[in-house]
Amino acid sequence: MKTATNGSLRIGFYVCHCGHNIGGIVDCPAVAEYVSRLPGVVLSRDYKYMCSDPGQELIQQDIREHHLNRVVVASCSPLLHEHTFRTAVERGGLNPFFFQMVNIREHDSWVHTDREEATAKAKALAHAAIHRVRFHRPLETKRVPIHPDVLVVGGGITGIHAALTLGNAGKKVFLVEREPSIGGHMAKFDKTFPTLDCAACILTPKMSAVRSHENITLWTYSEVVKVQGYVGNYTVTVRRKPRYIIEELCVGCLECVKSCVYKEPKFLDEFNVGLSRRKPIYIPFPQAVPQVVLIDPERCLQVKTGKCKKTCLEACADRKAIDFSQKEELVEIKVGSIIMATGFKLFDAKRIPQYGYGLYPNVVTSLELERLVTSSGPTSGEIILRDGSKPKTAGFILCVGSRDTRSNRWCSRTCCMHSMKLAQLFREHTQADVTIFYMDIRAPGKGCEEFYDKSLREGIRFVRGRVAEVTDWALAKEEEGKLVIRVEDTLAGFVRRIPVDMIVLAVGMEPQADAQEIRRMFNLSCSTEGWFLEKHPKLAPVSTFTDGIFISGCCQGPKDIPDSIAQAGAAAAECMALIDKGYIEQEPNTAYITEEECSGCKSCIPLCPYTAITFDDAKAKASINEALCKGCGTCVASCPSGSIKQHLFEDEQIFSEIEGVLAY
Amino acid sequence: MNTLNSQLPVAPACCAETQRRPSSDEGGSPLNSRGPGTWQPKIAAFFCNWCTYTAADLAGVSRLKYAANIRVIRLMCSGRVDPQFILEAFARGADGVLIGGCHPGDCHYVEGNYKMLRRFQMLKRVLHDMGIAEQRCRLEWISASEGEKVRTVVNDMVQQLIPLGPLNLPGRVVEWDKEMAVLEHAVHQLSTPNSQPSTLTQP
Repeated sequence: MKTATNGSLRIGFYVCHCGHNIGGIVDCPAVAEYVSRLPGVVLSRDYKYMCSDPGQELIQQDIREHHLNRVVVASCSPLLHEHTFRTAVERGGLNPFFFQMVNIREHDSWVHTDREEATAKAKALAHAAIHRVRFHRPLETKRVPIHPDVLVVGGGITGIHAALTLGNAGKKVFLVEREPSIGGHMAKFDKTFPTLDCAACILTPKMSAVRSHENITLWTYSEVVKVQGYVGNYTVTVRRKPRYIIEELCVGCLECVKSCVYKEPKFLDEFNVGLSRRKPIYIPFPQAVPQVVLIDPERCLQVKTGKCKKTCLEACADRKAIDFSQKEELVEIKVGSIIMATGFKLFDAKRIPQYGYGLYPNVVTSLELERLVTSSGPTSGEIILRDGSKPKTAGFILCVGSRDTRSNRWCSRTCCMHSMKLAQLFREHTQADVTIFYMDIRAPGKGCEEFYDKSLREGIRFVRGRVAEVTDWALAKEEEGKLVIRVEDTLAGFVRRIPVDMIVLAVGMEPQADAQEIRRMFNLSCSTEGWFLEKHPKLAPVSTFTDGIFISGCCQGPKDIPDSIAQAGAAAAECMALIDKGYIEQEPNTAYITEEECSGCKSCIPLCPYTAITFDDAKAKASINEALCKGCGTCVASCPSGSIKQHLFEDEQIFSEIEGVLAY
Repeated sequence: MNTLNSQLPVAPACCAETQRRPSSDEGGSPLNSRGPGTWQPKIAAFFCNWCTYTAADLAGVSRLKYAANIRVIRLMCSGRVDPQFILEAFARGADGVLIGGCHPGDCHYVEGNYKMLRRFQMLKRVLHDMGIAEQRCRLEWISASEGEKVRTVVNDMVQQLIPLGPLNLPGRVVEWDKEMAVLEHAVHQLSTPNSQPSTLTQP
């Protein structure tokens, strides 16, 4: 077959209707007819679904029967199906790079409304591809070995599950967590909807399994600071912050905490979202993993001033786990793939001032209530107002920082269920009257609608309407000393004032504050909202545009625990698929030098960000290391003598494409 | 000098757009509406695979509607855009050229987009000297999530190109060639010994 390529051109052209997706706007038979008259085209067809099995079979059959030596398919984006068609072409017995794809769906039929214009554009794009494919040459894909280790960034439930799945499959995993303990948001929850399992009971065994797993290296209180390399061969630099405790020696007896010179806990406790206090030496929470204390360098007298009695050292005695001389450490690791599980941050309720968060002490966020309800929390599970009394009435305000054009437009997906769960627990703990103010109740998950039913049956009241404001300004006797919720009840059709003792704001999820920096570091894309962007919303939900880096959990978008875990599993499976294959086939789009034309001017050398170009002093010519070249083509565009060329993006290919797109 | 000037044609018509003077090929009235018979500009676009091409795909998936004047050529990086591609596009009849790359700092290949920016600044001067209006060549940073920006940029560019009218560079090149031929002929005549005494040899 390859000999035929040296002879006359025999191009086969296929235009796909994609059902009505393309065929509804573009006149596909007209495009096929137009292309059939172009030089070199021996066959031009339109077909309903080119990507289907019969469609691919059609290509293979035509290659054999009509001795095609070039194939062009006009259908969807090459980012979606280029690989599919290349494989089909290869199965037909042709080099897969004798193929060119034309995007007439995403770039044409889906974005234009005028049939004539869209058809004209499709013809022009097809013309360009027919022109271009003449210059295609047979290429070989190159194989790059995959380093078998995996980095998981973020130790919430998503990261934990991904690390355990990989570890259980025998892969070596590095789990890096910024906080002193793994567990993430889930560790702060009391129970989980809709089954009301105890969150700690299902999470803490997984946390300790991570700690004791032979294949998992757990680095808490550490951050990724640099990522270099590419799929299969990443070099990652991790900054390990000093805890001033030698992790291996500490047994978590907490004697040092007891003996600290600060007799009383004085500083706001981050884990309890500021509802309790801790000492400068502390353990984040009783079930923390690793069970190791740490010293807050901002608070500890010894670290800050060097003038302290160091009672903690005495308490630690001959264990000698405390080390005030610890310094920040930078560790470099090599991994083949990376899973991002960096999670979310909660919406700051102060951004909606009319709800009075920060102004009225009894307006709390859902996470604060979660800590109050937990038996291991600051009040040992008692829901109390700031003055210590028990609330008799409570109002839950939903969609705080979600579905709101003034803050975030997206639905945070979990707040309806989370609030109903908290409302049920609230009633269980206090027998209070609980009202939920909602816009729509969204309970689509398994068992969730039933949970909503249960909430209704248990006497939780629901008022439909977005709350206008929360005020302590009493207009009637029963409103005195209470917080008044003013809301338009859209089912009853009038504005109501409802006095309550406590208000819970169901705050939504937001991308992490440093999501943009993280994204840059890992070379990921973000959606406009700031969530990490998946490669394809349906077909590649955990892959990214950077091969070998996968996303899972809430860093990709708001989701509940089951969905996060499902994604964690998916991301782990994607990594295993890479590792077990052992190599990755890389697009052969590297640059190369035609030595006889190289003038040795060296202007390309500083342009290459991968230092793939070196200068051969003996020959006085530049040379490109194909293994290092990533195929951007910057050197190609700037070579003054035109001696650098790029596979798949040769100058004549692009020039012919330019001519083609402007030909119709 | 007088004799030479009198024999040369008047100033070449090539600086038309940059001097805001209508050239012979720009006689048409401004066309604002889309419809049968109205002139539509042709835009050749070079989009990088990772950001702008993906953004255009996203615009498609989101079913955003924009003008059909744009024809996209996919490259791996905006750094691959050789200024010759842009000149070639104009020479082949494009009325506008759009280059799309990742935002500064976001380039998939670290800094290819900066390299493009550098070339673009120089190319703009060349285009200016060729009499091609600034609006005809545009560089935009469009990230993978900015499908909406693809729409606004394309529509905006079409709106800007319509009042400019066709560039018709291929036609102009023919004109320039004619002018050059006349010039050359004149120079040739002046410098040949058997023609009239010339000021050219003794300026």
